[in-house]
Amino acid sequence: MSETSSPATQAGAPDYLAARRGVASWLLTLDHKRVALMYLASVLVAFALGVTLAQLVRLKLLVPGPALMDPDTFARLFTVHGVVMVFVFVLPAIPAALGNFLVPLMVGARGLAFPRLNLAALYLYWTGALLLVTSMARGGADAGWTLSPPYALVSETPVLYTAVGAAVLALSSALTGVNFLVTLHRRRAPGVGWYRLPLLLWALYGTSLVQVVATPAVAVALVLLAADRSRGLGMFDPRAGGDPKVFQQLFWFWAHPAVYLMVLPAMGVVSELIAVHAQRRISGYKLVAFSSLAIALFGLAAGGQHVAVDVQGPRAAAVSSLISLLAAAPFGVLIVHWLSTLRRGAIRLNAPMLYAVGFVAIFAVGGLSGLFLSMLSLAGHLSGTVFSTAHLHYLVVGGTLMAFTGGLLHWWPKISGRLYPERLAQAAWAVTFLGFNAAFFAQFVAGSRGLTRRTFAYDEGFQFLQAFSTVGAWLLAIGLLMTLAVFVQSLRTGAAAPANPWGGASLEWQTSSPPPADNFAPGPVVARGPYDFAPAPAPAASPDATPAAAAV
Amino acid sequence: MTPPAPSFWLPAAGAASASRFDSGWALALWVCAFLLLLIVGTMIFFVARRPRGAAPEPREGRLGLASAAFSLAVVAGLFGVGFRGFVDERVAPAGALPIAVTAERYQWTFAYPNGATSVGELRVPVGRAVQLNLTSSDVHHRFHLPALRLAREVLPQATTSLWFQPDQPGEMGFACAEYCGAGYSQMRGKVVAMPEKDFNDWLETNGQDPNATPAQKGERLAAKFACNTCHSTDGSAKAGPTWKAMFGHEVELTDGTRVLVDEAYLKESVIDPNARVVKGFAPVMPAFKGVVTAPQLEALIEYMKSLR
Repeated sequence: MSETSSPATQAGAPDYLAARRGVASWLLTLDHKRVALMYLASVLVAFALGVTLAQLVRLKLLVPGPALMDPDTFARLFTVHGVVMVFVFVLPAIPAALGNFLVPLMVGARGLAFPRLNLAALYLYWTGALLLVTSMARGGADAGWTLSPPYALVSETPVLYTAVGAAVLALSSALTGVNFLVTLHRRRAPGVGWYRLPLLLWALYGTSLVQVVATPAVAVALVLLAADRSRGLGMFDPRAGGDPKVFQQLFWFWAHPAVYLMVLPAMGVVSELIAVHAQRRISGYKLVAFSSLAIALFGLAAGGQHVAVDVQGPRAAAVSSLISLLAAAPFGVLIVHWLSTLRRGAIRLNAPMLYAVGFVAIFAVGGLSGLFLSMLSLAGHLSGTVFSTAHLHYLVVGGTLMAFTGGLLHWWPKISGRLYPERLAQAAWAVTFLGFNAAFFAQFVAGSRGLTRRTFAYDEGFQFLQAFSTVGAWLLAIGLLMTLAVFVQSLRTGAAAPANPWGGASLEWQTSSPPPADNFAPGPVVARGPYDFAPAPAPAASPDATPAAAAV
Repeated sequence: MTPPAPSFWLPAAGAASASRFDSGWALALWVCAFLLLLIVGTMIFFVARRPRGAAPEPREGRLGLASAAFSLAVVAGLFGVGFRGFVDERVAPAGALPIAVTAERYQWTFAYPNGATSVGELRVPVGRAVQLNLTSSDVHHRFHLPALRLAREVLPQATTSLWFQPDQPGEMGFACAEYCGAGYSQMRGKVVAMPEKDFNDWLETNGQDPNATPAQKGERLAAKFACNTCHSTDGSAKAGPTWKAMFGHEVELTDGTRVLVDEAYLKESVIDPNARVVKGFAPVMPAFKGVVTAPQLEALIEYMKSLR
């Protein structure tokens, strides 16, 4: 394969990691790759915190009665878990940590359209995260990650810091969205037409659209909530003539598409993983590209489904239900095309492919469980239970986490210049997949049987399912630790990675691993599409055989 | 009509009306299980049967549009089933017995048309439709009755409603399903379905036995008002001070002063509980002013005095 050694490695130009040294060269960098790495480190810290909080919650739930902590602490733990995971980990993970790295490379550009704005978005992200840490230091909010009034107004916990922190984080994501949109429109290298973009970029386009359009709504909602609490403004306080329903409508105008924001970039990653590790172009490219946009648009229209039926009235509820059910269509299109791509593809079952396959399975469960919640006759009984919790975790944890990890492994050679230990990565996948399903499938059953969500104490009859879920969570934690070990071991003893260990055809694989500071030296050659894979070589002809390549 | 049998997924049903949910659930379950097996099975099949060597071009045809159309058809069908069931459960029959429900952290109070009230326990007659009109005195709550697969948001300054008809005697648990504070997981109760005659008797006397001693009346009132949610009678620790051996002793308050637990203090603690709170406890007790009548209060105090 001729792409395994590109001109850049031969020129001896320093890669972006070695180019300039010193703390200031990182904190004031205009290099999108360094910004991406700083996001990566941050989201991983946030993730570790979120997992720890969840483990504490699940530990308590081993027993039905009071144990380990009081109900108030329990509420703060699950609230902060949700806030940290949603705002500080999941939403930025793929767009900011992977997207920032890949978008310019995949379009053949030297950097993003607005490098300083990118740095500003990172600092806003850190500011928001710091506000959340402050709220935790003051005891943490307890109103659930959705921070809904009226309870959020009367709670005696630091809802204010949490609300403002979340608003700042949402704003940061909007700036990243603007940057991606402009980069995609204006910075594509000659020859990179819209239909020559990797599908990840179409997914990020849809994501960025939603971030830009919907973020103002949640920022307004949260700022008004903060004003209600600190100044007694009264927007959402029924005692002052305000209306808590308005908060729900504003918040969910952003928060529903936000859940699509958590899944859409993941689906973009999965398209890349399947294409490269089955060495086939994704079937139905245009349909998949437009389905990604459709998902974003549906997301904007379907916010109402989260506003409780009784708050918005039956007619609006019916419309919301219908829209959210219609969103099944583009998801169905994606799944069908992934399957069609896999059919008779030269699949190598390495860790990235395992994560892609795991994503499809878990995402299918998560998406299908959404059908139950969208049926108006079923939603009442199910939505206040852990069935809802299971649904969201299947989509966000099973979905996004699978894709994020798979993507990180897939692009790890490019980002770090190292290969990772393949066997360990496969084992980590298996433990994570098993642990996740054990932890959360039990919650579907417990929910349909009536176990309410966010509950500290519960009926003894649910103890078996609760304990099953907790043990599953322990297994999941072990899998995550194994995954961490994969990256640590790669950094310590991983072999140097060639420019293109997987035989990818998109432009990021045309530069060295890791890339030089200005991405391409010289510029990329755009001779074919992102999925025009070269035919597999005879094994003896490839000097850079990696474990993955050898399996082809 | 018998209620649907409990299954792996669903709790025991309290009335035949639960079958509306249960059949919709079964349909969705079969459809989703089928689709899941189709997707995951196909994927495993393709991965297991992968060719070694060059990959042929994928064939697309009308696959994408066909799958979109198929998804829409499935979804439209499920929506239709869901909508029909939804409309049915919203409209109460004429002549339903209206019961006013008030949710306040952390208890449920029920008021009947004749002025009878109860706390935590919703008594209803078998064979007659009952309409609950729900409102909250403070934050959002959610009334969830799993045995009938029913739930309703309960909002401040608004009334939502929910109807059902029990068709056999028995008890069904309900709980709050919208996080409302530290006592959220204790905010439960039960629906007690009684034969119509027994229900009418209860309604007239509001559960009082005219021959009972004041302490016995007090004991029944304590059960009616669900005092034991927070106050034990055997000395065990709960959200509120235990009543055992409380009367006639001194206690320390949160402000450091000491007070004798006499009739006056106990009455104040029921009517205005957060005025003087015992040290080590939080001021979370709801006020029973306007809920408890003067004679009821006397009876309750007598009961508390009897717990040595």
